[in-house]
Amino acid sequence: MISCDFDYYRPTSLIQALQLHQDLSSQGKNPIYYSGGTEIITMARGNQMTTGAVIDVKGIPECNVHEISDGKLFIGATVTLNQIEEANYFPLLSKTSRGIADHTSRNHITLGGNICGKIKYREAILPFLLSDSQVKIVALNGEKTVSLQSVFDGMLQLHQGELLTQIITEDQYLTLPFVSLRKVKQVYIDYPLMTVAALKKNQQIRAAFSGICEFPFRSNRIEDALNNTNAAIENRIEHALSQLPAPILNDQQGSAQYRQFVLRNTLYETFQALEEYK
Amino acid sequence: MIATKHAFNLLLNGEQKEVYARGSDTLLNVLRGQLGLTGAKPACENGDCDACTVLVAGKPMKSCLILAQEMANCAVTTIEGLHNTPMQQAFIQKGAVQCGYCTPAFILNSHALVTLHPDASDEFIDDWLASNLCRCTSYQEIKEAVKAVLAGEFVQA
Repeated sequence: MISCDFDYYRPTSLIQALQLHQDLSSQGKNPIYYSGGTEIITMARGNQMTTGAVIDVKGIPECNVHEISDGKLFIGATVTLNQIEEANYFPLLSKTSRGIADHTSRNHITLGGNICGKIKYREAILPFLLSDSQVKIVALNGEKTVSLQSVFDGMLQLHQGELLTQIITEDQYLTLPFVSLRKVKQVYIDYPLMTVAALKKNQQIRAAFSGICEFPFRSNRIEDALNNTNAAIENRIEHALSQLPAPILNDQQGSAQYRQFVLRNTLYETFQALEEYK
Repeated sequence: MIATKHAFNLLLNGEQKEVYARGSDTLLNVLRGQLGLTGAKPACENGDCDACTVLVAGKPMKSCLILAQEMANCAVTTIEGLHNTPMQQAFIQKGAVQCGYCTPAFILNSHALVTLHPDASDEFIDDWLASNLCRCTSYQEIKEAVKAVLAGEFVQA
């Protein structure tokens, strides 16, 4: 049972949602956008968050788009992870998102919810970081379509009242060679130790990581190390391990030392999968 | 502050029901507390065990992770809405029940699986069934029940 009370709203257009957010904010309701709801309900039940109102955006057509059009893949923020897997327009995304939670949860969890959530893994962002995707963000003062990289710094940088509506990926990225490796310490259904997603474009490996640090990331320094063909694979991997953007997580899922050990092996696996290493 | 309840319609097990819920009431709470449908079980209430599974538009969902008001005008099926389905027969015949607490949820998930994916592979079955926990560890019998229904060993009574 959720101990706090909040009001539930289900707008059917973007302008309704944005206006609601502004009105409820001015009433001191501290509204939040709501999509799949798994994290919000879980946190509210545990008294880890409070709000006076949730604005369910699942009824907004722009957030439900899921199609390839004009050479680009458009995925709305309220498309569920199972819908993504079933349509399978972007196999790297399907494979990566299939590692999130369990099958029934993936009927709830949406792309926007996972990417904008508080959980440190947020694996669904990885394929988009690798594919130079764009995000469409709306606010009362207008709409912008910008590169994901420009608004992602550990997490999506959204201002008060802004709403992520879509992620857009050029179709050239949908068929590139890829690998997505999810490592768990014990059982299949568990929070992962880490997820490594990689693809190969123009003979260069791009790699993005979740579960290594407090936030998912893609790092130019790591990619430079991995693609340094003047060095042996072993040295490239060791150099990459020295370029992590933040301390390695050290928690009940795994110690920092264990994570580093697994990451090293997973990078070998990545090279093997992308046919860089036998 | 006194919570405000809102009235809305729910298409529950094929019947229109008018229900009243706060914005923060979960579907699980409303099903059990207001409608008296106790087949959906509270256990972890955290999305981990799936003992509260219901079908929404034919897909398995965790009723502890759905706000009741989200379901306005949606078709919800609980275990009380299934009658002598092949999956229910298979669970009995294959002994896929021990204490029974998780059974309604497993049946609903399995029923959705065979309905939506009549050609499901072993790996596919495992992926679906991994959502639900059974502390009596009846997993093998449950999987046998699913495979028996897929093989056509049971028909709607």
